[in-house]
Amino acid sequence: MTARHRTRALNNIGVWLLSSVLLVWTLLPIYNIIRVSMQEKEEVLSTSVFPVSPSPHAFSVVFHQTFWLLETFWNQMGNSFFIGIAVAFLTLAIGSLASFTISRMRIRNGWMLTNAALLTYVIPMSFLAIPFYGIMGKYGLTNNPLAVIAVEVTFATPYAIFIFQQYSASIPFELDEAARIDGASPPQIFFRIYLPLMAPALVAIGTYALLLSWNEYLYAFLLLSGGKVVTVPVTLGKFLVGDEAPWNYLMAAAIIYALPPLLIYYGVRRKMHGGLTMGGVKG
Amino acid sequence: MVVTTSIDSPAAATNTTPLARRRRRFAADKLWALAFVVPYVAVFLAFVIYPIGYGLWLGSDPASYRALFNDPVYPRTVVNTLLYLLFGVNLKLFLALLLSGFFMRKGWWSKVLLLIFMLPWAVPALPSYLSINWMLNGQWGLINNIIWNVAQVDGPPWLDSHGLALASVIYGHIWKWLPFWTLIFLAGRMAISLELYEAADVDGASPIQKFRLVTLPLMAGMYLVCTMLSTIWALGDFNAVRFISGGGPALSTHVLATLGIRNAFELGDPSLGMATVLTALPLLIPLVILLMRQLRRSEVTI
Repeated sequence: MTARHRTRALNNIGVWLLSSVLLVWTLLPIYNIIRVSMQEKEEVLSTSVFPVSPSPHAFSVVFHQTFWLLETFWNQMGNSFFIGIAVAFLTLAIGSLASFTISRMRIRNGWMLTNAALLTYVIPMSFLAIPFYGIMGKYGLTNNPLAVIAVEVTFATPYAIFIFQQYSASIPFELDEAARIDGASPPQIFFRIYLPLMAPALVAIGTYALLLSWNEYLYAFLLLSGGKVVTVPVTLGKFLVGDEAPWNYLMAAAIIYALPPLLIYYGVRRKMHGGLTMGGVKG
Repeated sequence: MVVTTSIDSPAAATNTTPLARRRRRFAADKLWALAFVVPYVAVFLAFVIYPIGYGLWLGSDPASYRALFNDPVYPRTVVNTLLYLLFGVNLKLFLALLLSGFFMRKGWWSKVLLLIFMLPWAVPALPSYLSINWMLNGQWGLINNIIWNVAQVDGPPWLDSHGLALASVIYGHIWKWLPFWTLIFLAGRMAISLELYEAADVDGASPIQKFRLVTLPLMAGMYLVCTMLSTIWALGDFNAVRFISGGGPALSTHVLATLGIRNAFELGDPSLGMATVLTALPLLIPLVILLMRQLRRSEVTI
């Protein structure tokens, strides 16, 4: 009895120890963002660990766009939203149509499409940045959000097809067959049966595409050179170029930029985990 | 029953109209199928095949490779890339495998902790990496401030020496991606039947034995796929190096992905940049082939 008590106590200590390590590990960089965003310029360059005199100054600068790098901040937020939503929508549309055809219409060369998707999935995105830059020049899409949307859709769609195919395996074929006997055409089956039943996977992939777009820096940096089309990450990256970066403004802008994906992620978390892990990487 | 009688009825057998109708419908289906896959095929050709071809053509100039191999930054970059993959991927996945076991625990605390633990994955990459960059600043960073306040000594300048800067980049990579892989392994563990563990309990197995003899053999295939996938993604990771160390000090922490971009755009030599990236092919191609085979096989079984 005492031995069992002792192991249980040890077990509990272990859990709390590991939990604290995990909390510190996870929260340290995030605490740093919040800490710096609440500091005045002089305090940024100090040895403080906790904010000495927290001030909303940096947030007010970002809100009112009174720092030269942040002059068009809200416009850039709008651009990020536009690109993110467009990427999510197009990924869902193209991915669901393709996977519907492969898995539900059973076309003869469907395996070729699956392989194409797999190949795209395993190519590192940044490795194609150099040719992409040249090609977008040829397509006449430099400094055009469409170029960035095209890249992100290209790299988000394979995963979408992958997940959709596995998810749709759980939808009974009898439904399609019954609809066919009733005289439904493929588009009708797609819109009336396939899409409604795929809703959880659509939510998961839509969120995935949005997060992918929100994380993307390299292509936005290369393809959107300036003016009204620039997105927030490009500007955040520009802060580093100067010698004395105003870290408090940078961190305040970063927090505002990070809020939408956080809200979306924690809003649809359960559906997303279900969708992602179910088909994600099964060995 | 209803179906068989209708087929057996002589009226349906002799009447050819339904067959013709079916044939017409079959042709229409084919057109629909074509229309449905055209968007994806177009995207694939225009934005995957064409860039690959163009990239290979850009990187086909032998002079670029001569220039690359004479560049003193290049050998160091190759070593950095290998270290980044070796430590970044393996440490991360090993920790993720262990942590996924921890998160299998029942109770509210485990659930809350998982919610918090997922934060690095949900926060966009750039804010986090920039924060880590400033956090590790030798003079005013949070880490050295903590060291100063606790021990009254100056912490090391994390990003000003080659070894520490590379370690910092690896730390940033692990921090950002550990939650995602933990989640994947968590799903893998949940798929293992509880009965196996109960049987092991009956046999008096210790937790370590259960891990070694039940969990590990069942997760090995998945772990391998994850290692390959993660290696490929880490190989193409640009943001961690760019925003934590910036490739510095003195260009000593570049990896192939960032050096390629630097050569192509900062030095203005796309051919050299492409050559830089293409030298990863001896590693990339076997990985891609193995991985595609594995992923396809796993797909068939599902």
